[in-house]
Amino acid sequence: MIEGFTALYIFMLAGFTGYEIISRVPVILHTPLMSGSNFVHGIVLVGAMVALGHAVTGAEKFVGFLGVMLAAGNAVGGYVVTERMLEMFKSSKGARK
Amino acid sequence: MNLLIQLSYFAAAVLFIVGLKRMSSPVTARGGIVWAGAGMVVATLITFFWPGMQNYVWMTLALLIGGGLAWYTGKKVAMTDMPQMIAIYNGMGGGAAAAIAAVELLRGEFHAASFQVLAVIGGLIGSVAFSGSMVAFAKLQGLMKRSLLFPKQQLLNLLVFGGALVFALVLMGADHPGGFTILLFFVLALVFGVLMTLPIGGADMPVVISLYNALTGLAVAFEGFVLGNAAMIIAGTVVGSAGTLLTQLMAKAMNRSLSNVLFSGFGSVAGSSDEADPEGSMKEVDAADAAVMMAYADKVIIVPGYGMAVAQAQHKVWEFAQLLESRDVSVKFAIHPVAGRMPGHMNVLLAEAGVPYDKIYDLDEINNEFAQADVALVIGANDVVNPVARSNPDSPIYGMPILDVDRAKNVIVVKRGKGKGFSGVENALFFLDNTRMLYGDGQEVAGQLIAEVKQL
Repeated sequence: MIEGFTALYIFMLAGFTGYEIISRVPVILHTPLMSGSNFVHGIVLVGAMVALGHAVTGAEKFVGFLGVMLAAGNAVGGYVVTERMLEMFKSSKGARK
Repeated sequence: MNLLIQLSYFAAAVLFIVGLKRMSSPVTARGGIVWAGAGMVVATLITFFWPGMQNYVWMTLALLIGGGLAWYTGKKVAMTDMPQMIAIYNGMGGGAAAAIAAVELLRGEFHAASFQVLAVIGGLIGSVAFSGSMVAFAKLQGLMKRSLLFPKQQLLNLLVFGGALVFALVLMGADHPGGFTILLFFVLALVFGVLMTLPIGGADMPVVISLYNALTGLAVAFEGFVLGNAAMIIAGTVVGSAGTLLTQLMAKAMNRSLSNVLFSGFGSVAGSSDEADPEGSMKEVDAADAAVMMAYADKVIIVPGYGMAVAQAQHKVWEFAQLLESRDVSVKFAIHPVAGRMPGHMNVLLAEAGVPYDKIYDLDEINNEFAQADVALVIGANDVVNPVARSNPDSPIYGMPILDVDRAKNVIVVKRGKGKGFSGVENALFFLDNTRMLYGDGQEVAGQLIAEVKQL
């Protein structure tokens, strides 16, 4: 278990990391990057799986099932869309035969 | 096993950060998503071995349904519709975070009081991101045409939000909270997300989607604390802060403050009738003359807008640009930060047509060059080239950074008809002496231009 100040430190450092990563990004990558970060929070899938895996009552199972389904959609959809967008970024050196 | 799980989550967190970092440069961007994707696969697979797990059948089924549907829709969607797909996938993530919160609250066994508080906050944020993103999707998809404004709207929003907060406070303090209380809390949070997004106009949607993206990240991080899952905490927080910065950048590019976007209905008040009509008249030109002008120019700057994307003209435009280049005309593409539906969206569309990214220039990079350009070819862009934004303080778009196409020696505007732009503001550019209007569908016009240049 991650508790108290350790959690707070992780939160703070991760926050700065995210800020640093984005701060020098060219405008042409805004949409792909938004899509990419959208994919990254698809990690919620892991949490949803754990929640469903420990669900006991019917209500817990139902909500957990919904959670896993939605999270899988986030992760898979986010990946497919981002990859399709980024696939098209070529430099003129690469494009010219 | 536990060690292996923790190691895998650690690896996933590293891969996410490296992936995002690579995605922030056009040279390495394509590899970036693969890195992040590898992290996701590792983390997901190892989670099957989490100790004490049950319901594997349901889990696999949910994975297949959710993942399969998303795979299919993601592969099928047209490039122009990307923004709303991002909205919907993002909403699903928010919904999943809310679902985790709901399951944890239903079970009611928290290791510490602080975890219960975080679960509730994450649930609230996740629910708002979920329903708000769905409304954003519906609006961009055209399922919901207008921004919805009604009397006492702010008051209703405040009441619903207040109600959700009251239930949130109750849930934070309750020992084994009742199912009905939990249900009401989530219903109120979901309704608030809808109400909050309804009045926001289509032009502001990218900013809102980006905001919900950041919120989902935050919700995921909070639920990560509750579950003691470091990968979720790190990935969620990174997205939360990166998304917040991205939202600010987008809002700045559109000259709108975030509070402006969220608390006023743009488009419904803007463009009211009391602004003076620009002087002068619109002058038409036909494709043959326009082609000659550009074929014998030294320097042409093409300014594409969303209209070009709607007409699916990007391939023809690029063909035309290559034709000009073969005649030793220097051709550059100038892209306004909010061209298309989202910052960077137009770049994606041009990339799809095969335009190399080093021919594409930002507003800051190219604005000084318009004065040396013989022709600025504006295709389906309107508000982002309207000089009123520089000159008329009364205009609703005053202060928005624009591309200074009016400084080029000649301006050719390709446009379907004489209508106004997305903001409903008359465009003074069209009435300038050095501007010629070339009416027609973007793709047809580009085709005509190609044919005319080939005949020269």
